[in-house]
Order: sequence, then C-alpha cells, then structure tokens
Amino acid sequence: MTRKFKSLAVLAAGLSLALALGGCGGSKSGGGDTVKLGGNLEMTGGSASYGISSKNAIELAIKQINAKGGVNGKKLSLVVADNKSEATEATNAMQKLITQDKVVGVIGPNLSSAVIASTVVSGGAKTADIAPMATNPKVTVDDAGKVKPYNFRACFIDPFQGTVMARFALDTLHVKKAAIMIDNSSDYSKGLAQFFKEQFTKGGGTIVGEEVYLQKDTDFKATLTKLKSAGPDFLYIPGYYQEVGMIVKQAKELGLNVAMAGGDGWDSAKLTEIALPENLNNCYFSSLYSPDDDSALNKEFVAAYEKEYKAKPDVFAALSYDSTLLFAKAMETAKSTDPAKIAAALEKLDGFTGVSGPVKFDKDHNPIKAAVIIELKNGKQTFRTKVNP
Amino acid sequence: MDSGFMHQFVQQLINGVSLGSIYALIALGYTMIYGILKLINFAHGDVYMLGAYIGFFCTSMLKLSFLPSIIVAMVGTALAGMIIERVAYRPMRNAPRIAILITAIGVSFFLENAMILFASPQPRTFPAVFSATVYHFGALVINSQQIVILVSAIVLMIALTYIVNYTKIGKAMRAVSFDADAARLMGINIDFVISMTFALGSALAGAGGVLVGIYYNSIEPLMGMVPGIKAFVAAVLGGIGIIPGAMMGGIILGVVEALVSGFISSTFRDAAAFAILIIILLYKPQGLLGKNVREKV
Amino acid sequence: MNSLRKADLKAFVAAAVIFAVIYGLLQAEVIGAFWELNLVLIGINIILATSLNMINGYTGQFSIGHAGFLAVGAYVGAIMTVKLGFNMAVALIAGTAAAGLLGFLVGLPTLRLNGDYLAIATLGLGEIIRICILNIDYVGGAAGLMGIPRLTSFPLVFWIMVAILFFIKNFKNSAHGRACLAIRENEIAADTMGIDTTKYKVMAFTLGAAFAGTAGVLFSHYFFIAHPASFTFMRSFDILTMVVLGGLGSMTGSVTGAIVLTFISAALADFPQWRMIIYSLTMIILMLYRPQGLFGSKELSMQLFRSLKIGGKKQ
Repeated sequence: MTRKFKSLAVLAAGLSLALALGGCGGSKSGGGDTVKLGGNLEMTGGSASYGISSKNAIELAIKQINAKGGVNGKKLSLVVADNKSEATEATNAMQKLITQDKVVGVIGPNLSSAVIASTVVSGGAKTADIAPMATNPKVTVDDAGKVKPYNFRACFIDPFQGTVMARFALDTLHVKKAAIMIDNSSDYSKGLAQFFKEQFTKGGGTIVGEEVYLQKDTDFKATLTKLKSAGPDFLYIPGYYQEVGMIVKQAKELGLNVAMAGGDGWDSAKLTEIALPENLNNCYFSSLYSPDDDSALNKEFVAAYEKEYKAKPDVFAALSYDSTLLFAKAMETAKSTDPAKIAAALEKLDGFTGVSGPVKFDKDHNPIKAAVIIELKNGKQTFRTKVNP
Repeated sequence: MDSGFMHQFVQQLINGVSLGSIYALIALGYTMIYGILKLINFAHGDVYMLGAYIGFFCTSMLKLSFLPSIIVAMVGTALAGMIIERVAYRPMRNAPRIAILITAIGVSFFLENAMILFASPQPRTFPAVFSATVYHFGALVINSQQIVILVSAIVLMIALTYIVNYTKIGKAMRAVSFDADAARLMGINIDFVISMTFALGSALAGAGGVLVGIYYNSIEPLMGMVPGIKAFVAAVLGGIGIIPGAMMGGIILGVVEALVSGFISSTFRDAAAFAILIIILLYKPQGLLGKNVREKV
Repeated sequence: MNSLRKADLKAFVAAAVIFAVIYGLLQAEVIGAFWELNLVLIGINIILATSLNMINGYTGQFSIGHAGFLAVGAYVGAIMTVKLGFNMAVALIAGTAAAGLLGFLVGLPTLRLNGDYLAIATLGLGEIIRICILNIDYVGGAAGLMGIPRLTSFPLVFWIMVAILFFIKNFKNSAHGRACLAIRENEIAADTMGIDTTKYKVMAFTLGAAFAGTAGVLFSHYFFIAHPASFTFMRSFDILTMVVLGGLGSMTGSVTGAIVLTFISAALADFPQWRMIIYSLTMIILMLYRPQGLFGSKELSMQLFRSLKIGGKKQ
C-alpha cells in the first residue's frame, strides 16, 4: 500500500509539474497593443542554421519597424516555435503558434517538406503564412494544382532554379555529361534535380549518373567513386551546405576535378569551411540574393545585420527580413490585424521592394524575381551573372 | 571495361576500409564497456562527439597543435566517461537491465542537447591542423588522413588487447567481467575497475572523435548518433566483448556499405548493414569471433 | 467471473465519464487545438506504449523497433485512403493487419534470440522498414506521403484506445497471457512445463505489432503526412521510455508513462532548447530513483486508477 502511495506521489508530482508548465505556456494571450507574428523555424535539427538566420533577421526587422512606431500604431513581436527541421514537428509548431499563441501570421518554415506538411494547418486556420525559402512548387499549390489561399513564399520555385542551372551549364560552361547527386530526404533537392535533368537533356546534354544520399550522411566516397567511373564533366549537387561541403571535399580528394554546381542550399559560409577554400573553384550555385547587391535598401540591411550579429546576412536572413516587411506592409494596407484580411492584402500587394528586390505575387502566390548565378573562387562568393525569368 | 570494374572494386575496398576503421574506433570502447557491465552504452557515440568538440576547442580556441589536442580530448572524454558512469550507471548496478538502458538513452539525449545548447547546432570545422596528402597509385586514390585513422585503430586495438591480457588492471577487468561477485571476494575493487574501463573506452571514443572531425572537417552535436549505432552493430558483428572482433566487425561493416553503395545503390546501404547484422545474429549470435576467443572484457 | 464483468463495466463507465468530460471541454473550446492535438497524441502514445508493454513487459522480450510497425500502419492506412479511396475503417483494418503480419513474419525467426541480441535485431529491423519506405516512390519516398485527409478525431482515438486497453487487459488474464508471463519469469521453466514458448512469444509480438499499426493509421490520419523521419529509432526509444517509466509489465503504468511524457514534451514546447535537456534529465532521474518504473509491474487498483485518471487527464 505504501509503495502504491509513493508511486502515486511521484506521478502526481510529475503531472503537476507538467500541468504547471503547460499552464504557463497556455496562459499567454494577445495583448492590446502588440501584434504577434509567428516564426515556425528550424531552431534545432539538421537545418538549424537556416532557422537561426531567419530568426535573427525577423527580430531585426521587427526591431526596426517598432523603432519607427510599429504598424498601425501597434508594436510587433515574434513568437518562435521550433520545428526541429522535421515535417511532422512543423505541423505541430504551426498548430501551436496559431491556436496557442494566436499569431496573426506565420513566417516559415524554410524547408519545403516542412511547409507542405504544415500548410494544411495554416490554411485550415485561415492564417497567412510566408515561407521565406521553400522553393518546391507544392508549397503554394495543392496536388490538384489549385492555389492555397493562405500560403505565400518569398523566393522563386524549383523549376526555375533547376532550369537556370541547366542552361548555364550548357551555354556558358559548355559541358555535355552531367552527374547528379540528390539529397533523397528533401523535396527541394529532388525538385531541382528533376528540372535540371529535363532542361539539360532537352538542351542536348546527357545524364551519365544519378546517385542519392541522405541528410546527415558523412561518407560519400563510395558513391562518388561510382559516379567518377561514369566519366562526367559536370556534377550537379542540389543539396544543403553541410552535406554538399563534404561531397565537394571528398570528390576533389578522389580526383573528380569537374565543375560542380547546386542551388541556394549552398549559400552558407559553412560551405567554404567544410569543403575548404582550395576545393571550391569552378563551383557555381543559383540563388536569389547576394549580400553584395548594391541597392540602397540592401546596403542598409547588411550594415544593420552586421552590426547586430557580427556576420553577413545569408539568403535565408534576407528573405526572412523581406517576409517580415511583407507582413507589415500587408497589415498597413489592410488596416487590420485580422489574419484573413492580411492574407487578402498580401495577394493584392503591389509596389513592394525588399532587400532581395521587388516582390509581387503571381496567381500561384510565387513572387516574380530574377535569379543570380554565384561563382565560388577559392571559396569566395563572386557574382557571375543574372538570369531573368 | 573489366579492368574498370576491378579498379572501381579496389577503390571501393579502400573507401570501405577507411570508413570501417572509424566504426572500429568507436566499437572498441563499446565492446569493452559491454564486456564488463553487459550494458549497451548508448551514450558512447555522444562521448565520441564530445571528444570531437574538445578537440575542436583545443585547436581553434587554444590554438594547440594536433597531438596535444588529441591528448586533451582523450583526457577530457575519459573524465566524462568516468563521471557518466559514477553519476548515472553506478547507482543502477542492481537495477533491471532495461532501466539501465533507458538511463543510457537519457544520458545520450542529455549530451546531445546540452551540446546543442552550448555550442549551437551549427556544424563546426576544424582549422587545418594536419592537412591531407593525397596519394595516387595508378588511378587509385588514398589520403594520409585515411591511413592515420586506420593505423590509429589498429594501434589502439593492439594496445587494448595488451592492456586487457597482460596488465594488472586488465586482469582485474577480465575477472570482473567473468564474475563480479567472485572478483570482489578476491579483493578487487570493482568500482575502480569499472571506472577505469569507462575511462579507457571513452578516451578511445574521444580520440576517434578528433580524428573523424579532422577527416570529414565537420562536427555537429548529433554526429555521434548514427556512428554510435553502427559501431554497436560492428561490435555485435565481431562478437561483443571481444576486442579484435570490434575491429573486424567495423571493417566488414564499412566494406559492405561501400560495396553496396558502389555496386547496388547507396539508398540500401544502411539496410544492407542491418540485414547482415540480423543474419549473423540468427546464425551465429555470439558474433564472428565469438567461439574462438573465450576471454571477454 | 461475475465480479470481473462488474469491474469491466465500472471501468467502462469511468472511461465514458472521462470521455464526456474531455469531449465537453473540447466542444466548449476550453481545451484549444494545440492541447487537442496533444490529447490525440497521448491516445496514440498510450496505444503504442501498452502494445510494446505486451512484448517487453508481459513476455519479457526486449524489442526496440516498435517505430517500424508504427510506420507500416501509418503508410498502409494512408495508401488505403489516399491512393485507393477507401474509408477510415478499411484503413484501420488494413494498417493493423499489415503491421501484424509483418510482426509475425519478422518475429518468427528473430524471437529465437534473447536479451540484447533481440534488442539490436529489432532495432535493425525497425531501421530496415524505414529505409525500405524511404525507397518506395509510390509512397513519396523520403519526402513522405502527403495529402492524407484528417480522418482521426479525438473520439475515434479515445474509443479505439479503450478497446485496445480492454483487449490487452483480458489478454493478460487469459491462458495465453499467463503463458507469456511464465516465459518472462523463466523461459526454460515455461518450456519444461509444456508451454510452446515460440508460439506465445510470436503471438505477443504479432499482437503488439498489430496495435502499433493501428496507432500508425491514427497517427498519419491526424498529422496529414506520413514521413519517414517520424519513424526513426528515436521514436522507438520514446515509446520504450514510456513503458519503462510507467513500469515494465504494468498496463496502467504504460498508460501513465505515455501521458506524463507526452505532457512534458508538449508543455516544454515554448523552450525548444531546454525541452530535450529537461526531458532527458527527467528520464535519468526517474530511472535512478525508481528503476522499476512508477508502478513496478503492479497495476493500479480500479479505485485508485479511476481517481487518478480523472485527476490526471482533466488538466
């Protein structure tokens, strides 16, 4: 009997602790003069660096907006929910932000698979969501090709990026035999690879090898050895910087000295650190943003960001910053913080210019903007060319 | 075409052995700890991660060179291993096996997430403490870091075998492994012996962490998770508790993975590794070297 | 026999009361959508924990690959509704049957192993299942199977959970269950007493896997997506932790373990960096001070159980 009581006491203690903590979480309610934005971001997990960049940039944007008096006289604040770089957790985080924290709009996630999973929640709750960097077409349209009314993005889509790189490889680099390494755990990577392949073969090139890897893999030598024996003169790796860095390094170690290219997932200072500068020559990636862009708005942003975080903003930071400004602008035009009205205002938005250039949404809620090709020379990013849609 | 195949095959063997020697480095410590406590120390992979971070700290913040860094990392992880054993495992020595396993999983989560909190989940890179020289043999490629890792694993394996078989502490370890109560009656300080086993096993993992960190040039808080599981598979494959078995299991696992990636598809690499494990377990559950070597630590 | 039925009736009434209270709170929107999601998650986790408890707790077989069966249920169920256009009932039956069948096929050879060897083999099997799913393009591969309708609701989860709990409780008290307990206590002795140990081990394993499949169908039809990353060995560890925390071999313990851990995880959602640290420390400390779990292998008596459950779940 005493043992039973003991265990009950332990249980009761555990439950009350959980309840108390749960209570803390639940008791927050929207204040009168602050408007809450949600950040459904990758704070932990494999893509944490994206989430952290995003959070920094959003906080910077909010700080600047609040310093200028806020939006419609109200201050903005940010509530971040961690999606652990995972699709199911992103759904969970979205649910929490919308129902628990009562945010008026959500920024994030950055990973396409996470956005696609969580749009069901934001759409169901009629709350607008801007995904800064999710490039898969299905982020804003459903399987039947119908646009999701509450979902937007701040970047261009996979087909464009894959097509741009295929054209660049054929026309500028004059390569004919491409090998592809696909991150099999990501929609983004598969999307880019698919459109690269279509465009590349259409333009007269051949795909000599196609291999897949998974996030968190560290040893690619076996796969690279296989690809090398197929004799490619171009390697397309549309993945994320952590694995790409190791792939590039190991490819060079195996003597696979061909031009390599990828998408905006390459855009991180970590890429150079991991792959080592001497291996990053004759490497290219397509992106939406370069911190070297000399618009006044961008210069101001880069300076403020560097002052605050002692680092150059990457593309995730830039687009998250733009996403925040988009929300602010939408709230101003809607003269309301009602989530549905914000979504409607975003849809009709015109004349907005962010740090990554002008943004206007097309009928599928995709912004129309240009792509840049960035070349890596000894690990240093240099602007190579701009490709208009 | 045929020579092309042979050439690729040999290159894949090289890739496999170098990957396998990494598994072996971690598996050595795993197998020692299992041998003495019959505990699947799930935190072992995270001790390996800890070693990599200590090495990173030494080389990038304290600007130490390679050798002092790896020694500091080994001492650091040895201490960490002893603390983990003292705090989390010793009080549980008479608890049900599964409860200790849960504790080990708990320790593993704790180390991973504490590192995420303190060092951020961002991957880190080592400064160039010893650069890789690439050797070409015809069309075959191997680099100096791969050789260093393989040689380290072999040297450590031999050293461990020596310690376990010929030193006083090694004899005590074998005695405790064989029958802890009898060992205690013979005047062996069991706590001390187990503590030493953890220190030794963790130091090996720490050394492995630094070497691998330099080799891949990327470390992150969750880096120990998958290699930890793979190393355990390697240890079981070779016969858990048997030191040369861990080495052999690691190399076999690495080679199988490389061959599957190279000739079938990299997507089935991990599935193949686990499938081999299950087949071995079903037909020879004591592992490949299980029968021949009876002494276990 | 009569008293047993009376107790069952009482338990059923208690369940109905709990359901009425929570459902009332949900309808009145006292419990918001975030906690509703977690209530559903608790229900699913209870099914998972109690089904794993059949294998690990009652039969004493050390399995740590439960996420694999969860995945099979999740995917087979989703294929039924998304690809083939069947309704939820068919999905539930198919998911359960598929996971059970796989459990049977896998259990037959591997259950010859014991202790840690079985543990590592089941861990490997769980991973193999996941990797296979990862490579099947029909179900979306690594990107996951998307567009699953939300057919799972709180009442559905709750009543399926109650039915499974009822089944497991009766199983334990049946001749089959006793045979399983005997295997746990001493396999050789059980064998000598004429118990077909392989049969009962496989039986417990198959049933446990089947229920995990049921949980999988519920899971994928609540979260809109079946994603391979949701079914890694981390998930298996989570389930195992719930079982051990509550007390290996105690069904009410598993229920409590599932509730407590899901709660802690949800309550700490606001502190992402600290969440896993607190979670892991809770695990370590509880094991240090109560290695046999909250309840040991004992069940709570009906009376205590009822007062506890009402007190515990109402929030």
